Amino acid sequence: MNREKIEEIVRNFLIEELEVEENVIAPDALLKETLGVDSLDFVDIVVIVERNFGFKIKAEEMVDIQTLSQFCDYIESKVGGK
Amino acid sequence: MRRVVITGMGIYSCIGKNVEEVKTSLYEGKPGIGIDPARKKYGYRSPLTGIVEPPVLKGLLDRRLRVGLAEEGEYAYLATLEAFRMAGIDLDYLEKNETGIFYGNDSSAKAVIEAHHIMEEKNDTALLGSGAVFQSMNSTVTMNLSTIFKLQGVNMTISAACASGSHSIGMGYMFIKQGLQNIVLCGGAQETNLYSMASFDALSAFSTRVDNPAKASRPFDRERDGLIPSGGAASLVLEEYEHARKRGAPVLAEVAGYGFSSNGKQISQPSDEGCIIAMERALNNAGVSASGIDYINAHATSTPQGDMCEAIALDALFGQSRPLISSTKSMTGHECWMAGASEIIYSVVMMQNSFVAPNINFENPDEYSAKLNIAAQTKEKEINLLLSNSFGFGGTNSALVIKKVK
Repeated sequence: MNREKIEEIVRNFLIEELEVEENVIAPDALLKETLGVDSLDFVDIVVIVERNFGFKIKAEEMVDIQTLSQFCDYIESKVGGK
Repeated sequence: MRRVVITGMGIYSCIGKNVEEVKTSLYEGKPGIGIDPARKKYGYRSPLTGIVEPPVLKGLLDRRLRVGLAEEGEYAYLATLEAFRMAGIDLDYLEKNETGIFYGNDSSAKAVIEAHHIMEEKNDTALLGSGAVFQSMNSTVTMNLSTIFKLQGVNMTISAACASGSHSIGMGYMFIKQGLQNIVLCGGAQETNLYSMASFDALSAFSTRVDNPAKASRPFDRERDGLIPSGGAASLVLEEYEHARKRGAPVLAEVAGYGFSSNGKQISQPSDEGCIIAMERALNNAGVSASGIDYINAHATSTPQGDMCEAIALDALFGQSRPLISSTKSMTGHECWMAGASEIIYSVVMMQNSFVAPNINFENPDEYSAKLNIAAQTKEKEINLLLSNSFGFGGTNSALVIKKVK
């Protein structure tokens, strides 16, 4: 899966499922502070990512991820090129 | 002495999605029963059910506040919105004034079963999502409503089978009367999904009169063959009388008495003795005699045994005064955990509008119901004092006396 497709899927689920305001979605947006993703939302993101990308997020791998761009990098590292 | 009044009511049911719609259905004797074809395929003996429109809360309630709501919680949210609005209470008021909640609920089957399906498929709890636990617990309605409406007083679920909603009002009444709370949100919620009633259907307690669903629920009628499961939610704002007056809130009716009992017999066996104790206790608690009651909203679910026991009990206590009696379950079906609360709303609507809603489908009495003054058609009637019964599995009984406030 290429980067563009990953970003499109992430953008869609942020808007449709997590109901994040479209105008705050940007590559450098902070997941917690800007997008308002809280600890319970992360539980749901695990489910959504598994459904959309077919792998399960590991909590320890998410520790250093702060921005949307880093989050997409992480997904790309798992499914990029597949 | 502290008096307890109802200052707000809200309902979401198969006979209306708000109090105004429900009023019309009650007056016109319009039932909300239908057939759910999926139940037959799933393996139910009876596909009959109250048809409750699925709520749409997206756009109405923030996602984080929605994901923990199971189906019955969604019904309860809409009913509570209406009840608080009627009472003139908004979120700002609730943040600044301690308000409690006692709400009846006794299952959340769909949430539990759907979580189980995910576990069977994925074998991983991490894939259940954040809402599963908050939807699955029996206290799902109170934990969600208290969060959504920022409630800061007493907070718990009343699980008492088909008397849950009635006992919740009894508990709210007691807490206010005792001076522990000034406002308590009470009510009852009942899921209506495919999974919710399978185990109840296993007891062959449901009507199988599928040829004419509108005629299937026939409490007290000789030809009754079982109840029809139904649901939704009913919310009532209970408030201390002087507190309500000072606030300028609408005083819809007074909760004048609460009675309870437990049969101490077989788990699904009703008891006329148990009914009588609960009703007598409610009358005594209200300080009124049986002859003062103008209307009785019977528990009668349309089962042969249950209706017979209640008819015997009603005749024993009210055989002399013969007040008008109807079971609104003839129109709604049995709203189970919700019923005790919704039937107080139905009764208060009748009290406010001076009519008795019909016990539809009461065509031929049996030897017990023949002794009662059952309203088979809508009756114009001033109601100053009414009694509402609720009984449940395990022999739990609840009776409430409601008084008009003039």
